[in-house]
Amino acid sequence: MQIAPILAALKKHRMATFLIAMEIALACAVLCNALYLVTERVRLSHVQSGVDEDRLVAITLDGVTDDQAADLAPRLRQRLAQLPGVESVSVANATPFGPQAGEMGFRIDPNDPVFHLQGHFYLGDANFAKTLGLRLVSGRWFTLDDYAHVDGFLPKTSVVLVDADYAAKLWPGQDPLGKVVLSGNQTLRVVGLLARLVRPNPSPFATTNAFLMPTLPGTGLASVYLLRTVPGHAEEVFRRATAAISRDERGVIINAQASGPLVTLRDAYFANTRSMAMMMVGVIAALLLVSALGIVGLASFWVQQRRQQIGIRRAIGATRRDILHYFQLENFLIVGGGIVVGMVLAYVLSAVLMKQYEMPLLPAYYLPYGALILWLLGQLAVLGPARRAAAVPPVVATRNI
Amino acid sequence: MLGYYFFLALRSLRRTRMLTALMVLAIAVGIGASMTTLSVMFLLSGDPLPGKSDKLFYPQLEPSTGATLRHWPMDLMDYASAHDLWAAHRATRQAMVAEASTHVVPTASGQSPFTVATLATTSDFFPMFDVPFKYGGPWTPEDEGRAARQVVLSATLNQRLFGGANSVGQDVVINGAQLRVVGVLDHWRPRPRFYMLAGSRNSGGDTGDFYGPTEDIFLPMATGIDIAQADMQPFTCWSNGNIDFKHMMTQPCAWVGLWVELPTAAARDGFSRFLDDYDAQQRSIGRFPHPKLTRMLSLHEWLAFQQVIPADVKLQTWLAFAFLAICLFNTVGLLLAKFIGRSNEIGVRRALGASRGAIFGQCLVEAGLIGSIGGLFGLLFTVLGVVAIRHQPVAYADLVSVNIPLFLLALAVALGASIVAGIFPAFRASRVAPALQLKVQ
Repeated sequence: MQIAPILAALKKHRMATFLIAMEIALACAVLCNALYLVTERVRLSHVQSGVDEDRLVAITLDGVTDDQAADLAPRLRQRLAQLPGVESVSVANATPFGPQAGEMGFRIDPNDPVFHLQGHFYLGDANFAKTLGLRLVSGRWFTLDDYAHVDGFLPKTSVVLVDADYAAKLWPGQDPLGKVVLSGNQTLRVVGLLARLVRPNPSPFATTNAFLMPTLPGTGLASVYLLRTVPGHAEEVFRRATAAISRDERGVIINAQASGPLVTLRDAYFANTRSMAMMMVGVIAALLLVSALGIVGLASFWVQQRRQQIGIRRAIGATRRDILHYFQLENFLIVGGGIVVGMVLAYVLSAVLMKQYEMPLLPAYYLPYGALILWLLGQLAVLGPARRAAAVPPVVATRNI
Repeated sequence: MLGYYFFLALRSLRRTRMLTALMVLAIAVGIGASMTTLSVMFLLSGDPLPGKSDKLFYPQLEPSTGATLRHWPMDLMDYASAHDLWAAHRATRQAMVAEASTHVVPTASGQSPFTVATLATTSDFFPMFDVPFKYGGPWTPEDEGRAARQVVLSATLNQRLFGGANSVGQDVVINGAQLRVVGVLDHWRPRPRFYMLAGSRNSGGDTGDFYGPTEDIFLPMATGIDIAQADMQPFTCWSNGNIDFKHMMTQPCAWVGLWVELPTAAARDGFSRFLDDYDAQQRSIGRFPHPKLTRMLSLHEWLAFQQVIPADVKLQTWLAFAFLAICLFNTVGLLLAKFIGRSNEIGVRRALGASRGAIFGQCLVEAGLIGSIGGLFGLLFTVLGVVAIRHQPVAYADLVSVNIPLFLLALAVALGASIVAGIFPAFRASRVAPALQLKVQ
């Protein structure tokens, strides 16, 4: 199929061609960015927490006073561990997908005048790693001597475990083991790297800036109870545990939003992210629909206008397939032109979004996806009108309109 | 003449049903998407206190006592600074604010204790922010001075505890202390909760919760310190030693905000000077080791600084308007196809004496008609969009609604956009040469 005659014909409809190409260009710009936003959100909602979510139940208590805490934590830990279906219980300050509780500024260079880094410090008792199912990639676990009571905000300990990815970011190209983390007046030494530990509230900006500190339950550590259950019993254990607490511990308040099987907490945490992603998918669908409508409309119009020329071409020997291919190729060229402009526009839009919302620049690999989708859409939309064109009988050539 | 064009346009639309339907659908979808996001945008970016917001100011100073690399002061102050600035009574009205979470033990049997969001503040808070009361009123400055065991409840909490009855004079047990109800608020839902925006700027655009309901309990600051000092939510603390949360009053933590009402420019300058003087004095006695860092933003400036409109909402608005632009490009293309397809008819009308202007006008009327029909269907899509937003898990979902101004705006945008989209196609149609078309016939 020759391209030159198609281009010559399009020259007669410069404005209409330009309009449809511009529509495709804008659609390409929005589509690529929207695809990126959806993917980012979906990726966030599938974030690996590094803990055995399907086997965990979190119970968060509100308003535990320091006087209560000293004996509440050990008592409740023991009480919950006795429930059927529970394998182990850990007392902590926070749970993944619950409220953050240990957000602190810190520094890794003692000469740094301010704590300009931010991380979430999980405080957990000796059962924490076992209960959550954390894995160590290097270094060592805490030993019994490491555990200490909370004094103020953090336990009086000198060791810390850190998420391996985050450690690699903090000390690029170096072995993080033995490095120091300074927070408040405490100097903490990294003794081990965790394969993965997500912060309680992961976001695109901060996902695994998480530390774990060895802490004894009691004053300052009595609010969050993590229960490891026998597989498939999380719901049941949660019901039993809340019933037991409501019955035996009159004074404490269960924070309903931050308590439940971890799978449920995770769902609730990402509800907004998912609904935003759904909305974006809606925008993308509407966008493709409208673009397709435009192509169908304009192609139908052109077919109708060129009936006579099509008849003539058919009369002098063009096959139906030739006519069909003509319109398909024409559409391919117009959409292609739109996509070229659209790729530039996509980066303009991305730069605007980046500036306004601190989003990273659109990765280049979204462009071929966007192009492919629009080319396919164009071919689908033009198929109907093109088939109608191919169905024009040669005899039309002999008629005057 | 307009009536005749209208009649012609209707006939023309009926003749090319398919093309018309495509255009109407494109406009309707574009209007629906853009108006839905715009309704959310209007809702969230509106003035939270119309008529008064330009008289309200948020003085700030940098309370930290260590090294600092800050460009602006912290969102909140330490108690000592806030109390000093408040107690001087240099403004028409002034109120300290601090957030806490306290637990309530219901007096009715059978109800278990629960946690509620609490605001510790001072008596000027209520008149300064035009807070509506259903029963009773605020506590008095005298009661505040002696840390009276008094409390103001939100309408929601009053419903929960007392079934909505007038509970003034009743007692509520908060954090183990018995407090007398002196007032119950009427429905009050400032958008956003402008008086406590600490941290909004640093939340990565995830600010939807600032549009949620207000706190349920309002306590005199001194009472709050007595019964809930350890529950106060600090913005941050700075210390090389440990923080004793039981004595927040004296700890190196920022947890108190200050609002002042300054009706005149002179009062503004006066308070600004007072703030600077206080800061200078504190630095001279060595309490603040850093250079001068004070600021006094108006309510509007504070909202803008805190970037309180959720990033998702702004993003949606961008997308929706890019989408509307695409729909319009689409409409221009289709109108062009439609008008050029009628070249014969236009040629005949031109030959019979219609001027170019008349053809232009006729085509614009047709474009406007398509736009209006698209706008009407767009209203339907807007309603669907708003319903969808109301089902989103965001704190402001219950506030989003359709209203007459929004409907009028939707119709106006649809009409205006379609006429703009029609200008070029109508112009092209009006250039059709009469003779040429007749020859082909």
